Amino acid sequence: MTLEIVKPGLATTVQDLGRPGYFHLGIPEGGAMDRLALTAANMLVGNEDGAACLEAVFMGPEVKFGADMTVAVTGAELPVMLDGAPRDTWTSFRVKAGQVLSFGFLKEGARIYIAVSGGIDTPPALGSRSTYAIGALGGFEGRPVAAGDVIPVGKAMEGSDGRSVPQALRRRPGKPAVLRVLPGLYWHRLTEKSQNAFFDDDWTVAPEADRMGYRFRGGQQMEFVAREQPFGAGSDPSNIVDGCYSYGSIQVPGGLEPIVLHRDAVSGGGYFTLGAVISADMDLIGQLQPNAPVKFERVDMDQALSARKVRKETIEQIRQALL
Amino acid sequence: MKTRYTYGGDEHVYVEVDDEMSLDAFFIALSLSKLVREADIPGVTEICPANASFEVRFDPDVIAPDEMMTRIKELEGEAQAQEKRLDTRIIEIPVFYEDPWTHETLMRFRERHQDPSGTDLDYAARINGYDSAAAFIEAHHSQPWFVSMVGFVSGLPFLYQLVERDKQLEVPKYLRPRTDTPKLTVGYGGCFSCIYSVRGAGGYQMFGITPMPIFDPEQKISYLKDFMVFFRPGDIVKWKPIDRAEYDVISQQVEEGSYTPKIAEVAFDLDAFNKDMTGFNAKLMEALNDA
Repeated sequence: MTLEIVKPGLATTVQDLGRPGYFHLGIPEGGAMDRLALTAANMLVGNEDGAACLEAVFMGPEVKFGADMTVAVTGAELPVMLDGAPRDTWTSFRVKAGQVLSFGFLKEGARIYIAVSGGIDTPPALGSRSTYAIGALGGFEGRPVAAGDVIPVGKAMEGSDGRSVPQALRRRPGKPAVLRVLPGLYWHRLTEKSQNAFFDDDWTVAPEADRMGYRFRGGQQMEFVAREQPFGAGSDPSNIVDGCYSYGSIQVPGGLEPIVLHRDAVSGGGYFTLGAVISADMDLIGQLQPNAPVKFERVDMDQALSARKVRKETIEQIRQALL
Repeated sequence: MKTRYTYGGDEHVYVEVDDEMSLDAFFIALSLSKLVREADIPGVTEICPANASFEVRFDPDVIAPDEMMTRIKELEGEAQAQEKRLDTRIIEIPVFYEDPWTHETLMRFRERHQDPSGTDLDYAARINGYDSAAAFIEAHHSQPWFVSMVGFVSGLPFLYQLVERDKQLEVPKYLRPRTDTPKLTVGYGGCFSCIYSVRGAGGYQMFGITPMPIFDPEQKISYLKDFMVFFRPGDIVKWKPIDRAEYDVISQQVEEGSYTPKIAEVAFDLDAFNKDMTGFNAKLMEALNDA
């Protein structure tokens, strides 16, 4: 079974839940930016949680189905059309061979997940079908899909029509989006004034926002605790001896614009990091558009772990609701 | 040297062995990261060693963050006591310095550089006290380098020169990172050299380019058939300056699948190296020349 890309959208890639285990070589885990949305899309069409889907950003692709299958679109809000007739987001629907899925303009959020029963069946690379475009690895030929690509789809049981994720369980960033941050890593490099300002300031998403990382602007220039720079670090006070970066870690080159590393993170570098966005809020970043207002909220480890538990429970509630 | 432990969110423990770079700190970080790997702690998903630090990623649903940190701390004494010795290899990497491709790129991003009037090599030569770019290039390739970290993107090696600290070259990174760097650029930032494994963004100064690929996701290149990433921490590198004609010959050989990197098995012993750097490097070079 296959589906054909009629129009590719902006940067539509095959993604699953990623390939952990190779970050020590600079190959990030990758996978869906919004994992809850990808998991829900898979549940809707009867796939395993981590089956590969299409992730489209800011603009939907146009897709022609090569066989009958069940489809669901989750994540961002935008009009979904099957042969021009509206379909609901977060809801499964049957399609027939030859029918075309298309999308209207984005209304809310940033990324949609298109799941098909049987899952996208491109060959796995290092244990995952996720596309890591920088390394030309995984997905469809290691790149975003293009018009005319014929993408393989796995075999599946006939899925059911009209299953829907309850509104309350569709997780979306608020306005402003609140991203919870656990201070740590090189937090001590900032003066107390700058530490407080980071949480007090109003930020917006900068245009440089992609699968590698999201940049934010609008806050005050950060000040560093004075020191003689350690050997090998480089002369700027925001430089460190190149170390590992973690998913969600927040670096601030020159103390100016914070960058939160995401699923296609670089694995290391020479800028100080002030802490990290907690694991529970990584999905939300994937739904932020440029210029979206953002507040960073300080949490401790206990709060981070409770938030993680709540997110996990939400996924289980979705599973229960679809039984 | 005082080891610092901290969290990177709820899924990472970050261990900084020292805030400055040294091979002593590298060896302790590598030993400790290996001990963590051997301890086979349930919940650990990634162990990433870096120059003078390392990071452990774990699933906090399996092991609590404070317990994870405690388990690592318990291994520190053993890592500190381990012998700083590695069985490794020395590899000759051909470099075409002052090549046309990095030159075109550095001219394109001149306004992001400390010295828009010259080239990256002219600038690096001047601030390190060399009369000419040629003299600086000589200093860059005359003594071997040690891969102290693999990462950033797709198998990119960070290399630390095996010379006394006062002879080490140091340059800052670009004022603002470039959005483009040619694939296989030989770069420099802080005290580290690097090879950009793929085309993309970068902040290191650009000195030249190698025709020898070091990352191949399709695993078609003869010496990358077993694994797509060439470098691992502890590898030793000797740059070999080449001209355009040699660059073209090697590129052709890589294309045809007939290029084989020159490699020799060697042991690196930090105490022996520290006692006599010139003599130790001469022995490394002998092993490479015999290969």
